[in-house]
Amino acid sequence: MAKKPIQFQLNGSGQAIFAEEGSNLLDVLRRGVGDLSPKYGCGQGTCGTCTVLVNGEPRLSCLTLAETVEGQSVETTAGLAHGPQLHALQHAFMDNFAAQCGYCTPGMLMAAKALLDRNPSPSREEVVEAISGNICRCTGYEPIINAVLAAAQSGGRRYG
Amino acid sequence: MIEFRKEYFADERDDNLNEIGKPTQRQDMLGHVTGRSPYFDDHLFDGLLHLKCLRSPHHHARIRSVDTSEAERMPGVKKVIRARDVPLNLNTLLSLMDFGLDDEPMLADKKVCYVGEPVVAVVAETERACFDAIAKIRVDYEVLPHVLDVEEAIKPGAPSVNPTYPTNTFLYHEKYDHQKLRFGDVEAALRQADHVVEGRYQMSPIEQAPTETCGAIAAPETNNRFVVYTSTQALFFSLGTAAKMLKVSSNRLHFIGGTVGGGFGGKVDSIHEPMAILGCMLTGKPVRYAWDREEEMQVGAPRGAERWYITDGVMNDGRIIARKFIGYFDSGAYTRLSSYAIIKGTGHLPGPYTIPNVSSDVYCVFTNRTPATAMRGFGITGVDFSIEAHMDKVASKIGMNPIELRILNSYRDGDMKAHRRLAKNTALIECCQVVAEKAKWKIGSEYKAMSSLKGGGGERALIPAHTAIDQKGMVRGSGTSSFGYQPQPYVPSTPTFPSTPAFPSVPAYTPAASSSPAPGAPERRPAENAPTPSSTYNPTPSQPATPVEQRPAVNRFSSISGLRRR
Amino acid sequence: MTLHRGRGFASINYPIGMNLGGDPSQALVHSNPDGKFMVALSSIDLGQGMKSVTRQIAAETLGIPVEDVYVDTADSDTGPHCMGSFASRGTHRVGNAVIAAAREARSVMMEAAAQELEVNPDDLVTDGKGNIHVKGAPSKSITTAAACGAAQFKQGRTVSGRGIFLVPLSDVDPDTGEMTPVTCFAHAAMVVDIDVDDETGEVTVIEMNSAYEVGRALNPRLVEQQLIGGAWMGMSHALWETTEPYYPDRIHGPVDFNEYLMPGPGDIAPHHISVLERPAPDGPFGGKGPGEMCANPVLPAVANAVFNAVGVRIDELPITPEKVLRGIAAIGGPQPQPKW
Repeated sequence: MAKKPIQFQLNGSGQAIFAEEGSNLLDVLRRGVGDLSPKYGCGQGTCGTCTVLVNGEPRLSCLTLAETVEGQSVETTAGLAHGPQLHALQHAFMDNFAAQCGYCTPGMLMAAKALLDRNPSPSREEVVEAISGNICRCTGYEPIINAVLAAAQSGGRRYG
Repeated sequence: MIEFRKEYFADERDDNLNEIGKPTQRQDMLGHVTGRSPYFDDHLFDGLLHLKCLRSPHHHARIRSVDTSEAERMPGVKKVIRARDVPLNLNTLLSLMDFGLDDEPMLADKKVCYVGEPVVAVVAETERACFDAIAKIRVDYEVLPHVLDVEEAIKPGAPSVNPTYPTNTFLYHEKYDHQKLRFGDVEAALRQADHVVEGRYQMSPIEQAPTETCGAIAAPETNNRFVVYTSTQALFFSLGTAAKMLKVSSNRLHFIGGTVGGGFGGKVDSIHEPMAILGCMLTGKPVRYAWDREEEMQVGAPRGAERWYITDGVMNDGRIIARKFIGYFDSGAYTRLSSYAIIKGTGHLPGPYTIPNVSSDVYCVFTNRTPATAMRGFGITGVDFSIEAHMDKVASKIGMNPIELRILNSYRDGDMKAHRRLAKNTALIECCQVVAEKAKWKIGSEYKAMSSLKGGGGERALIPAHTAIDQKGMVRGSGTSSFGYQPQPYVPSTPTFPSTPAFPSVPAYTPAASSSPAPGAPERRPAENAPTPSSTYNPTPSQPATPVEQRPAVNRFSSISGLRRR
Repeated sequence: MTLHRGRGFASINYPIGMNLGGDPSQALVHSNPDGKFMVALSSIDLGQGMKSVTRQIAAETLGIPVEDVYVDTADSDTGPHCMGSFASRGTHRVGNAVIAAAREARSVMMEAAAQELEVNPDDLVTDGKGNIHVKGAPSKSITTAAACGAAQFKQGRTVSGRGIFLVPLSDVDPDTGEMTPVTCFAHAAMVVDIDVDDETGEVTVIEMNSAYEVGRALNPRLVEQQLIGGAWMGMSHALWETTEPYYPDRIHGPVDFNEYLMPGPGDIAPHHISVLERPAPDGPFGGKGPGEMCANPVLPAVANAVFNAVGVRIDELPITPEKVLRGIAAIGGPQPQPKW
């Protein structure tokens, strides 16, 4: 099958790879680039597990044609921390025990980051709406909602 | 909001330990929030191949022929795997605990018994190449009558689903077609009760739905071993199953797992590991076999749909003096773990209550549905729904506060349970009291004063002087050397079938004709007008891959206590 | 349209561990020369916290800080046999195996310390902070690191331990069902408040109040995770989930999360939990296993609340709007029951 060159920014660093035409962003990130933080949950766009940010907007990478991110900026959970310095959301997820199996966590973190980046002080309802495309089978959502609210309240400052 | 009510049972605990009781952070949490926790699919291999299966579109059909020639020539295809390629193509999960007969093939050979049953596996360079090749496989099916309902499945004349258990029920203790519980005399007590309350309850099949679908990657390792990354919930179940079905020494298998994206019971069945390893053996390459979400939902085994009938005998003061259960577990086409769950459920009856007369008959029924398996609360969730919905009906019937009804009948330390062991370490009454207080649900002061620690034992510790037992559902031929699995159970003497029993060549496993059936449990008789077995399943004697001759038939057929038979 | 408030109750118990026993689990514990310990298992962490709870159990038994323990699971080359993670057996079975292994390792560590301090090992205690000292004489002490180092580099001892836990397999009487199913039970009681919309048939959970008895809560945060998430799953089973909505008819079987329904973050209700802890006599530090039973009381409590709200008994799960509306129609309109 024909391969196509794609260049994009991944968590701030340039990527240039060859991907099969028609391949989706999730496969390209995981098997092409080796960023294993986005997870496959359904391949149908119904669970949010594969959520990444493209130019700051949450996208379901399993339904995103890889070639459409040409020249764009992609963010994943692998790039959330700066070195050993965790993002406020990561701290808040830990403090609130907002993960059990952890499989939905990278997608949840990306959905939550997109929210906080555009709305640093969301209401509970806004948090609920922001993560409502992401399925978690373990936690019952309450700890995740609390974690996102806690991260917002910290303003990112507490965790530097 | 959560609170810990430390004042309860405080004298039974040491609350001053160093680490126990502390809200310590999870060891795996940093991995989770950084996306670094290594799930099975997070291991990359050069030249990874993918495996997908051709699946049955029919509930029940004989496989007349399979033509894979075109599929084998499709681009990217490395191997097409058939039933004959599986070294031991028959297994049951609990054979590792010596419970039950092998009844399920890795790939269907002679017939398919449920929609989605795998028939052919294709290993190719991409999943898409697998699907393209699968589309070119030609299977000629002869569609057979099917049955999807548990009570239909055990009626005379129902289609026979599972060749290992031709009358559609698992066999308990080499003796009965159901699991019994008998404690006291339920029928006599029902006659003395002020009220008799009846109910029928139905669970739905439920998908475990972990966010990570089931899968495994098998790759060649050094020194003729195989490394397997897997999402299994039970590493050695999967390893043992693979070793058995592939006839490989267990120490040639290196299984790595332990970080799993949710399971809830759906990752016990050990479907993926043997298949991925087989693909790896046949190609010499790393092979990934994982379900997509649609397969997970429609092929992956659900929590089975249980049906329960409950009859209670209740006195005007709220005491329940008799409780009778009839239960049907829909096992689907194969056993998996339903047989075990029924014994677990039986040991749980009559729920957390002290009732002096209890009986139950629970059937593990085979239907042409997706095989059922474990799920969170397996064997208990369905019957607890039934019991507690029923308790509410009892409360309504006699006009009693539902919480007071529970407390009144609650088991307490020292009470005899229906499985004939004394209760200890009980705490139901305290849970009822605490939640009533929280929810501001008023209960009488005498109920607030009751305790799990007081009032049990004494007469409540006694096994009833008389227990009514019966031999309903006894299977003819039990205890004989010819009992159990027959290598060729489906070879009747004649293709026509006017008046002879359904399985004339099989002396075993026909129900005794004596007993009167319970409500909802129709009398089990050989089918008069069943579809002729010979037209449905007629194994060719010369099949080289047929494994039945290689397995010790009778001795492996055991009760749960079968270990002692070795 | 009228909303009818209803409340339902249910109470349950739950057997801990594989029914009838016969399900062993094993653990191996060893120390590095600097007193940091590894626990090798083949048990599975599928989110319930197996790695974390066994880590705390090992640390408590060894008498060292939890940071000094790391749990490695599951690798069949290094982790000894475990039956698996199901039947609420993990904490109970694996926890006990880890205790056995850690005790054996601890005894070597204490003997090594005793030799270094030239005292009787029976006179030594750990302080849980990385020190071993003589009872009543904290100044006469040695660090666990020094003790483990001395054991391996001076005394030639392996600071390691093996553990297995097995509940012997019970027989089952074919005629009476007599058996020893398990050794301990967890308990729960729950009150659920709901609204039923008599026009749409929708059931909305308003609030849950519960009391769960889980044995010793080995880690209160992990227990909380199970109870909140498990009750959510119970609510989901009661009102949403089915792979075959017209059971046993297989049509309309869902193939994705648009068709297989579960409550989302906007559907959850406040859940107020009280935890009671009656230690299991044979549980690791009294622990049972809250993972499975937490869902069970919710299903019947919701069904009973629907009856309380509109007088309709729905005995087939899930309780869909269609069933509620058909039930209301069948009794000629909603019949709210007395409120408790």
